Amino acid sequence: MEAFLHQVFSGLANGAIYASLALALVMIYQSTHHINFAQGEMAMFSTYLAWAMINAGVPYWAAFGLTVVASFFIGMIIERVIVRRVADAPVLTLVVVFIALLVILNSITGWIFSYTIKVFPSPFPEQPLFGPYISSHEAGVVGITLFVLLLLFLFFRFTSLGLAMRATAENAVSSRLSGIRVGWMLALGWGLAAAIGAIAGMMVAPIVYLDPNMMSGILLYGIAAALMGGIDNPFGAVVGGLIVGVLENLMGAYVVGTELKLTVALLVIIGVLIFKPTGLFGRSFVTRV
Amino acid sequence: MPLLEVTELTGGYGATDILHAVSFAVEEGGITTILGANGAGKTSVLRALCGMLRVSSGKIAFSAQTLNGKATESIVRLGIGHVPDGRGTFLNLTTEENLRVGAMTRRDKAGVAEDFERVYGYFPRLKERRNQQAGTLSGGEQQMLAISRALMLRPRLLLLDEPSFGLAPLVVQDIFRIMRAINKEQKVAILLVEQNASLALELADTAYLLETGTVVMSGPADELRQAESVRRSYLGY
Repeated sequence: MEAFLHQVFSGLANGAIYASLALALVMIYQSTHHINFAQGEMAMFSTYLAWAMINAGVPYWAAFGLTVVASFFIGMIIERVIVRRVADAPVLTLVVVFIALLVILNSITGWIFSYTIKVFPSPFPEQPLFGPYISSHEAGVVGITLFVLLLLFLFFRFTSLGLAMRATAENAVSSRLSGIRVGWMLALGWGLAAAIGAIAGMMVAPIVYLDPNMMSGILLYGIAAALMGGIDNPFGAVVGGLIVGVLENLMGAYVVGTELKLTVALLVIIGVLIFKPTGLFGRSFVTRV
Repeated sequence: MPLLEVTELTGGYGATDILHAVSFAVEEGGITTILGANGAGKTSVLRALCGMLRVSSGKIAFSAQTLNGKATESIVRLGIGHVPDGRGTFLNLTTEENLRVGAMTRRDKAGVAEDFERVYGYFPRLKERRNQQAGTLSGGEQQMLAISRALMLRPRLLLLDEPSFGLAPLVVQDIFRIMRAINKEQKVAILLVEQNASLALELADTAYLLETGTVVMSGPADELRQAESVRRSYLGY
């Protein structure tokens, strides 16, 4: 029973990370209807930025904050400089651009920081603070994720910039006709997604260690989570992330073994696409012509 | 000088021109209507005004500024409220959020609060449904919402694209009555594009008749109503 509870709790912690990444994917999907395959590598690159700062003697939370801000701007720049130019291109072009971005970020990071695995610190204490079933880092990850979610919710629900972004995601033409600078809203969406991804990266790095390929598996879990929750639903993305995290851990511990854990994510993706393409909370849109 | 003056406007989508040397004007505080059958290019005219149609030649002047080549957002910010065809409702936002989006470019909080009361005064139904998701509103209510959303911008010119489309005659009459009131009380000029010629000619003071992208007749609304050809083809008596 103890082992089981432990698996559940650490599953929730992993799930919180998948949830963050899924949330980043959903934010971009909502306004552009594309899945940003480079989301994971963007997060990985951000985590390296944090690592470099911490190594240079910057205190952890200062490095954390600076990384989030820097990632926000990097995300915006990627949108303004690259993604914008192919916004009206066919889907395949975009997929190629996203994959190119993934490979480029991966190799640039390897080139700058080398491919050797690095230890990334956790800001949370070693000894468990919340009972025997969950480590402090895991509890911290869940806490930070929930906090980020709360901030995002407040931003989208109560600020007029948040409203403008929701309007843009739903109907770009109508938003333009209300005078909203739609291009900037899209860039802002990319910035926010990159910032959320950066937090996910810094939270997962102490667990999986820092290396340029650390996000490849995590992105798959993130995509599985986003699809499970409904790719157009931020709330669903979070619930999906937690479910995938727990499912992955329990399947790994009791059913398929650790080697096949990633397969679980792929099965979830395929299963959702076949049996419930809209996900648990997604809406199916009927278009009137 | 008119508030809006369009001279010899030619343009279209891709390589095809849809509008051919279209000229018309809207006076300050006036109501102009552009009539025409389906596919005559009425919606394209409105889209051209808002920078959503390729303009190959001609000039669009709005209160001494040239709109040619300006981005849609910038044109709107000059004080042009566009009620698009299909209404452009934000279906997942509430009624009130839709109106807040309409007022997005404004910084005068007190003025915005006043305008909320004003549009709720014109359309009490929207006030009743203000916390309801806009996607659940009826067609007529969504049309009221679209007009209100554009009004929240405090426009000097309101572009209306077929506000009667798909609505019950009683609802249409209601909406046209309110548009007249808005024009009188708020001093908003209106450019109305309509298939329903009899309603439009009743409301407007100036009218233009568009056929396959060309203005074939223009003049005071009363004159067009009397004209034999308009009566036969568009009024049906």
